Amino acid sequence: MKSLFLATAIAAGLSLTSLGALADQKAFPLTDPAYVQECGSCHVPYPPQLLPAPSWLAVMSGLDQHFGVDASLDRPAQEAILDYLVRNAGRREASVAGKPLLRITETRWFQHEHDELSARVWGLAAVKSPANCGACHTAADKGDYAERSLRVPRAGGTP
Amino acid sequence: MRYLIILSAALAAVSGSARAQQPADFQTSFAAEAKQSDPAFAGFSATRGEQFFFSRHGGDWSCSSCHTDSPVAAGKHVVTGKPIEPLAPSANPQRFTSPDKVEKWFKRNCNDVLKRSCTPQEKGDLLAYLLTTRK
Repeated sequence: MKSLFLATAIAAGLSLTSLGALADQKAFPLTDPAYVQECGSCHVPYPPQLLPAPSWLAVMSGLDQHFGVDASLDRPAQEAILDYLVRNAGRREASVAGKPLLRITETRWFQHEHDELSARVWGLAAVKSPANCGACHTAADKGDYAERSLRVPRAGGTP
Repeated sequence: MRYLIILSAALAAVSGSARAQQPADFQTSFAAEAKQSDPAFAGFSATRGEQFFFSRHGGDWSCSSCHTDSPVAAGKHVVTGKPIEPLAPSANPQRFTSPDKVEKWFKRNCNDVLKRSCTPQEKGDLLAYLLTTRK
């Protein structure tokens, strides 16, 4: 019995460690080709881990009015992609006044990670929008946000 | 008998909507739809399609907002900046080969640009224009 407790304690310790590691995770393998194809045709296929399940549910239930554009999918594709997003969703709470946040850029985590950047960088023509991860994270299309592929464009550079 | 069943199944699979098509096949089905909704349908016009491509249709965007002024050039999503492959079949042989994709993108983009669905006449005119553009 004692060994069972010990095993449980070790398992709990291990999962805490992996949760801690997640905070510094820089690579998010994009394992669903349908997600990459459907969502990645208009923007970087954002890592599912960067929003919690309630946020993905809200995003996916309003695709016909998706941040000002119609991104509707047929029902089977929508359900399969939602399933993938929810299975890989992050655990960090992301809501305001009980409503799930819909933009990764509005999460406290994103703002903390990018707090050293000046307004000038966000305003560069090559960046255009904080949603344009690939402007600086040059391997963002593969889910890789490691420092080694990070290149902040210089002012006046061509987009 | 068993071979006959297999053969029919294979034929059904080939003739299904998943079959890869050519732009001309779409033109044929747009024409059939157009005739059905308008008995006076008198064919497609590349000139009308070109006007359609550049018109803002009373809103903020035209097709050219993302697909640029030249359908044979690579475009860029006007909101996110994401690159878009050329729209014209002469520059991108993948275009107008998948009925599912054609339907999906007409539905989305017509809602974005025109705030309604496109008519078969509009789709056929647009495709007629795209087929006149060369790299």
